[in-house]
Amino acid sequence: MKQEWPLWEVFIRGQHGLSHRHVGSLHAADAEHAIQNARDVYTRRKEGVSIWVVPAADITASSPDDKGSLYDPADDKVYRHPTFFDIPDDVGAM
Amino acid sequence: MYAQMITSEATQDDPEKLAAFQARIDAGEKIEPKDWMPAGYRKTLIRQISQHAHSEIVGQLPEGNWITRAPTLERKAILLAKVQDEAGHGLYLYCAAETLGVSRDELTEMLLDGRMKYSSIFAYPTLTWADMGAVGWLVDGAAIMNQVPLQRTSYGPYARSMVRICKEESFHQRQGFDIMMKMANGTEAQKRMAQDALNRFWYPSLMMFGPSDKESVHSEQSMAWKIKMNSNDELRQKFVDQTVPQAEYLGLTIPDETLAWNEEKGGYDFAEPDWSEFFDVLKGNGPCSVERIEARQKAWDDGAWVREARLAHAAKKRAAKVAAE
Repeated sequence: MKQEWPLWEVFIRGQHGLSHRHVGSLHAADAEHAIQNARDVYTRRKEGVSIWVVPAADITASSPDDKGSLYDPADDKVYRHPTFFDIPDDVGAM
Repeated sequence: MYAQMITSEATQDDPEKLAAFQARIDAGEKIEPKDWMPAGYRKTLIRQISQHAHSEIVGQLPEGNWITRAPTLERKAILLAKVQDEAGHGLYLYCAAETLGVSRDELTEMLLDGRMKYSSIFAYPTLTWADMGAVGWLVDGAAIMNQVPLQRTSYGPYARSMVRICKEESFHQRQGFDIMMKMANGTEAQKRMAQDALNRFWYPSLMMFGPSDKESVHSEQSMAWKIKMNSNDELRQKFVDQTVPQAEYLGLTIPDETLAWNEEKGGYDFAEPDWSEFFDVLKGNGPCSVERIEARQKAWDDGAWVREARLAHAAKKRAAKVAAE
């Protein structure tokens, strides 16, 4: 039976102090192999200081159809933003 | 371009959904893999992105031809890095295509059995070292013309891979021009070699943008979907206008006697390439068409044991880990 190398999602920390960020995906036989490939495919120009690889099959993503139920409730809660409140200039920085 | 003659697939979807989809694109929203999309959009993109990916991979061959014969160690290291980048570009694009529901092996098989194409430009031979200059300067230069606007294309994964590619592509064009400068300012023989490379690569480079807009009847839908951003003629004109002064700087002559500045349109008038040659190359009758696919087939066959061994090794390690626990 023909089998393809599984797909891995690659996350790179660009600089110290930043979080890892999704950069793309690649195929590899196992995690160690995925790190080696990620190094060659995604960091040829010193794009990162750390690599995460995650089997794509293990990622659970929200569905685009759930956009409304997930994010709409925040629409009427503008008071969560500091700019909602008017603080007189006399009070100074707050 | 790297994707030529991509026919937009017809779409028979619910008109209401189609309208909502078009509205998202018109509003500049990106379409992501899990979003609803018309079947035609998906199919057209798979073909376009895959053809682009295949071109990056097959495009390694004409340049790989000169790695062992680069004139200095530095040139050799640079060319190696460039060819490695092309492999990377192919991989970014294959992954973008795979988000649309096609597998990597399927894509490779479709290239090998001729169901999918690669850009006509890579069916031409690279006969001298000056060709490495001409390919970087002209071929990568033409590719940039197309790829820069594609960074704004509507399909998220495709747009993001284009951003990565464009960052790297400018190194490719500059290293090509650097080779051309060296050759054009070298001995008489070197200058002749540079001119010869320009002569052979000029028209095939113009062909990269695809046939004239008059002939290209399929682009309207792709333009609306924002998977094609400019017309073929628009990009070709831009390429000529940018390249002619660069050739003048090199002291080389564009092999087109009709080439003339047109004040009125603010661009050059130039001769069209021989389109019958273009269609013939696309059909697989280019000077190196057979050789290119043979090389890819050999790499695929010779690599089979590596692909299998890697999986076997991974399975063995997993089993050992389970046993240890």
